[in-house]
Amino acid sequence: MAEAELTDTVAAALTRRSERREGFWRSKAVLRFRRNPLAIVGLVVVVGFVLLAVFAPLFTELGRSCLRDLGLTASTQYDYRNPAKPAFWRAVFAPPSTCYQIPRQGFGTQPRSAEASGTLLGTTSGGYDIFYGLVWGTRTAFRIGVIVVGISLLVGIVLGSLSGYVGGVFDNIAMRFTDVVISLPNLVVALVIVLVLGKSIENLMLAIAMVSWPSYARLMRGEVLRVKEQDYVASAIALGRRPLGVIFRHVLPNAIGPLIIVASLDIGSVVLTAAALSFLGLGAEVGYADWGQMISFARDWILGTPGNPLAYWYVSFWPGLIIVLFVLGWNLLGDAFRDVLDPRSV
Amino acid sequence: MLVFIARRLLLLPVVFIGVTVALQLLMQLLTPYQRAAAYVQSEQQMNRLDEIIRLYRLDDPWYLQYGRWLNQVLHGNLGYSRMSRQPVMQTIADRFPATLELALFAIVPVIGVGIWLGTAAALNRDRFIDQVTRVMSIIGWSLPTFVLGIWLLVIFYGWLGWLQPGRVSVRYLTELAGNPEFRHYTRMLTVDALLNGRWDIFVDAVKHLILPVITLSVVQSAQIMRVMRSSLLDALGQDYVRTAKAKGLPQRVVTRKHARRNALIPVITLAGFVLIGLINGVVITETIFNFPGLGQWAAQAATNLDYAAVLGFAVFTAIMVVLANLLVDVLYGIVDPRIRYA
Repeated sequence: MAEAELTDTVAAALTRRSERREGFWRSKAVLRFRRNPLAIVGLVVVVGFVLLAVFAPLFTELGRSCLRDLGLTASTQYDYRNPAKPAFWRAVFAPPSTCYQIPRQGFGTQPRSAEASGTLLGTTSGGYDIFYGLVWGTRTAFRIGVIVVGISLLVGIVLGSLSGYVGGVFDNIAMRFTDVVISLPNLVVALVIVLVLGKSIENLMLAIAMVSWPSYARLMRGEVLRVKEQDYVASAIALGRRPLGVIFRHVLPNAIGPLIIVASLDIGSVVLTAAALSFLGLGAEVGYADWGQMISFARDWILGTPGNPLAYWYVSFWPGLIIVLFVLGWNLLGDAFRDVLDPRSV
Repeated sequence: MLVFIARRLLLLPVVFIGVTVALQLLMQLLTPYQRAAAYVQSEQQMNRLDEIIRLYRLDDPWYLQYGRWLNQVLHGNLGYSRMSRQPVMQTIADRFPATLELALFAIVPVIGVGIWLGTAAALNRDRFIDQVTRVMSIIGWSLPTFVLGIWLLVIFYGWLGWLQPGRVSVRYLTELAGNPEFRHYTRMLTVDALLNGRWDIFVDAVKHLILPVITLSVVQSAQIMRVMRSSLLDALGQDYVRTAKAKGLPQRVVTRKHARRNALIPVITLAGFVLIGLINGVVITETIFNFPGLGQWAAQAATNLDYAAVLGFAVFTAIMVVLANLLVDVLYGIVDPRIRYA
């Protein structure tokens, strides 16, 4: 009897849950997203890139120093492709930094085509494997995107919520500072910052974070100003909650939603800025798997050989294609989200 | 209106001080030797950096240094560029016209194509033109300058051999440098060529501008197009458009005078972003096309650790951006009378 009652309750809970899940899939916003074919394309492209980044070791032939740092010898060298071995998990989740070094097929100054070099997409000058650079470059791209957006989100949330909640002179000064930073061309500011801090991929991330927080601070301030006026905040204050408690328990959780979405959609443009800086030679050292660097190799190989003007097409084509696809996917996704979230647009 | 402009003008020094303070604080991360380069004026002085550090007291707290540095900047001294072996201000004066020329040429397609195609798309909503422009804008929006520039160069220079990088063909380069008869009125090559009546140089210069201008303007055009389309669609649904139609005005007048004028307001707001996009784009585009402007110089200076040059470039761009934003605001106030009372 009791058992039957229990199963009934469980069954009821399960239906409720599935209903709720169905409610999510059938909700207006999601339906709108699902009906937009471009949004689906964008989602597929972005998810594809995420998978490529996460499972980079599976798609590529790891270099010698990377294998060594994974603790693999000649007899166990393909263990990183076997999910049953620890090397697989290590290569996927915590690869040693040497894995980001593009393996070289010879050291010739001229690029070599796929057939000539025995690689999938050919090699650049210096023998760097283009395919490896692009696949592991995807990982670099996501790492840069997530870290930069994370840092600038944190700065934006702290400054924006303080500004909105405290108001007054602090608000005024903080927002004027935000105006100044936002009105400057981000590439120029990042150029100065990288120059002053020194050339490295960490400083590159720091520089981009330093120019991309203002829009989050602004958005956060607006949201906090909106939420602050809600009745539940007034009642929390009336009940004698301390200011920090009000901020953390009531204001932040209700203001942070739109910010997270906007920020995650910014990953695409952050990656692009990083690639641009790295293209100019202000990113990682030569040989590090990074898209901006891969395409900057192409600058020296615009002209082909006599009689074959497109002899080195692969040096510029593949890196360019990957970057364009990535930006395209992210733009489509962002566009669809904006459509869904903005009820005014039809 | 005057009050509005005056108020905006008052903001100008505030922004300028904000930018320069930020730059000065960044400079504090450098060693005094690296900082000293921003005060030097000639090659001889570069060898006496210790004296400079003492002279300008570069070991002082930052706010004292800031005051003296600002004084220098306001007197037009931005330091000495190791790379171009002349004062930064001189290099900026030499190279700015080329960049300005490139930017001015790029604004034409940005505004023309963006607004024109955006209007066409909105007026033919969901029809063929709309679909084509939508696809075009999505693709254009996703073509980063450094990819598009390289691809265009591979196709039109490497493969087809129709166009070259650089600002002008080599055969004119020597002539331009040596010929006293060719007067450099504006230092913008196309304009100077016309003023000197040199049609051949004009054509050559324009040919060299085609690829950089396309590279520079595609992303911005696509963005303007999208905003123009949605803003015009919005305007077409407004009551005043219906009223105008009900009055029996011809469709052309309704769209041009009533809908499009109002639809342009959000587009003007974008102008500031377009400018920022152009400055970002100029650095990359000039580097790719070997175009001797400010952007190429700044990118080279950054890789060569020429601190004075990069800082000077940053100060210069900051001033340009502030002035341009002022212009946009004033324009905004003229187009939309409601702004005055805000």
